[in-house]
Amino acid sequence: MTERLADFYGTYQSTIGYIGLNGLLALSVYTTLSCGQLALGNAGFMAIGAYAAVLLTMEAHVPFGLSLLAGTLLPALVAVPLGLPVLRLKGVFLAIATIGFGEVVRLSLVNSEAVNGAQGIVAIPQKTSVGLIFAALALAVALLGRLKGSKWGFALEAIREDEPAARTMGIPTGAYKLSMLALGAALAGLAGALEAHFTFMVAPNGFGFDRVVDMLVFAVVGGSGVVFGPVVGAAFLTLLPEVLREVAPMVGIEPGPLRMAVDGLVLLLVILFLPNGIVSLAGVIRARRSGRRPAGGTESTR
Amino acid sequence: MGQQIINGLFLGSIYALFALGYTLVFGVLDILNLAHAAIFMLATFAALALVTTFHFPIFLALPAAVLFAGLVGIVLERVAFRPLRSRADSNISGLISSLAVATILEAVALEVWGPNISRFPIGTLSDARVAIPGGVVSRLQLTIIAVAVVMFLALTWLLTRTRIGREVRAVAESPRAARVLGVNVDRVIASTFFLSSALGGAAGVLFGLAFNSISPDMGRSVELKGLAVIILGGMGSMPGAVLAGFLLGLTEVFVVAHLGASWRDAVSFAGLFLILVLRPQGLLGAAGAREA
Repeated sequence: MTERLADFYGTYQSTIGYIGLNGLLALSVYTTLSCGQLALGNAGFMAIGAYAAVLLTMEAHVPFGLSLLAGTLLPALVAVPLGLPVLRLKGVFLAIATIGFGEVVRLSLVNSEAVNGAQGIVAIPQKTSVGLIFAALALAVALLGRLKGSKWGFALEAIREDEPAARTMGIPTGAYKLSMLALGAALAGLAGALEAHFTFMVAPNGFGFDRVVDMLVFAVVGGSGVVFGPVVGAAFLTLLPEVLREVAPMVGIEPGPLRMAVDGLVLLLVILFLPNGIVSLAGVIRARRSGRRPAGGTESTR
Repeated sequence: MGQQIINGLFLGSIYALFALGYTLVFGVLDILNLAHAAIFMLATFAALALVTTFHFPIFLALPAAVLFAGLVGIVLERVAFRPLRSRADSNISGLISSLAVATILEAVALEVWGPNISRFPIGTLSDARVAIPGGVVSRLQLTIIAVAVVMFLALTWLLTRTRIGREVRAVAESPRAARVLGVNVDRVIASTFFLSSALGGAAGVLFGLAFNSISPDMGRSVELKGLAVIILGGMGSMPGAVLAGFLLGLTEVFVVAHLGASWRDAVSFAGLFLILVLRPQGLLGAAGAREA
């Protein structure tokens, strides 16, 4: 039994690790979503964290803990001067500006000979264990969970619901938004640093626009109203391709397109019918059964 | 020099067409339609299928593919945008649902045509060359610039001189006021999506003809560049999108010629980023309209 368990773990170790890494990344988008801001620069922050940690490990030979710390703090420090001008933008403008930032980071790395350009850095020592990934994830969930019930959390909620009103009530909205951007950057950087020491390699094209789209999709599918929603979404969507790979031959569709189609369909159904994510599914079903309309506006009120 | 200017104008006309459709939807609905690039791609495959399977000449396949793109746009609006319109966060949820549709469309193209690069058969368009002062350009490039200019003029005429154009502008100003004045808002929004997607589809077919390299992910790079163009031009501003499209095309050609190909995209995104930070209203956008 234990042997089969070890076998299973050996086969799926990388998938299990990625459930944790994607959970961290989903939470990094959740931080800004929790105050109503759609900031999509996290692939860039992740790249900064990954490259900083890798260079410290491989060039400066510092202990791994210190690399991780630098990979977490540096993106947060970058987020502050970035956020000061950019967070004045609203809605999709903030999204576009931060996408632009992410692309600038990626393309700068592609054009930097010092970090081996588009090829990236390979043969990074493997220092990240699956246990470490989940410890980091647990820490992030605990931190964000604590935040939610606190005065800080209520301020974020007020900003999300009505920013001008929150400002009128004396909440320093700019400072709150900036600190959530920095916190998200730190989480993305941590995930990047962990991932680089988990997969032996980093390359700029791993940090493109589609990466941050993935993070957003994890958070939205899981549900961005509660802390564990993004984690559930990341786990669900990381496991889905594994299941689909088994299913693909049966339905006669290539695994690649099938995975994309199902991903897209899940996202569409969630945004149309479960705006609070799959974690709200049980509640919605219960509400349907008892004949009430589900909370959260799944039915349009026209 | 003359050659590079033509190359830049030619690339720019494709960017401008693409961005015009993008910015049209934004101007009317304040939402970013991330499926625009998928329609760009799908229209190109439609034209390819018409040319290879049904042996259409390209001058018939192009309008047919553009019409097809417009119809896909109407379906897209029904599926991904209309159900969300009454939500408070419709600009963010609409962005996400359009992303979902884009993923599904790309998956369909991947399943039908495969991940490899498809090409128009040789002889679809003449590859004759024309001498201009300072270089040689292909007739194809000049044709593409001409098609783009005709489409800009047609769109301008449509929006300023026709009833549906006036209705589109009324809805862009205020959907509620337009409804009170008897405008059928749902129909106007559907028409807007038809127009927008048709423009995106036209850009796609021209792009496919120009570079003769068609793949399910061909929309991705254009998608982000289209964003740069509409921001640079000022979101919702159609003359701005055209101007910025040509500007980006020319800039890219000159960056490639003088700095090297790998800097091409970096320059456009750095420009995008600086514009948003320093002059968020864009080149021709109205100030104070950044609250979407």
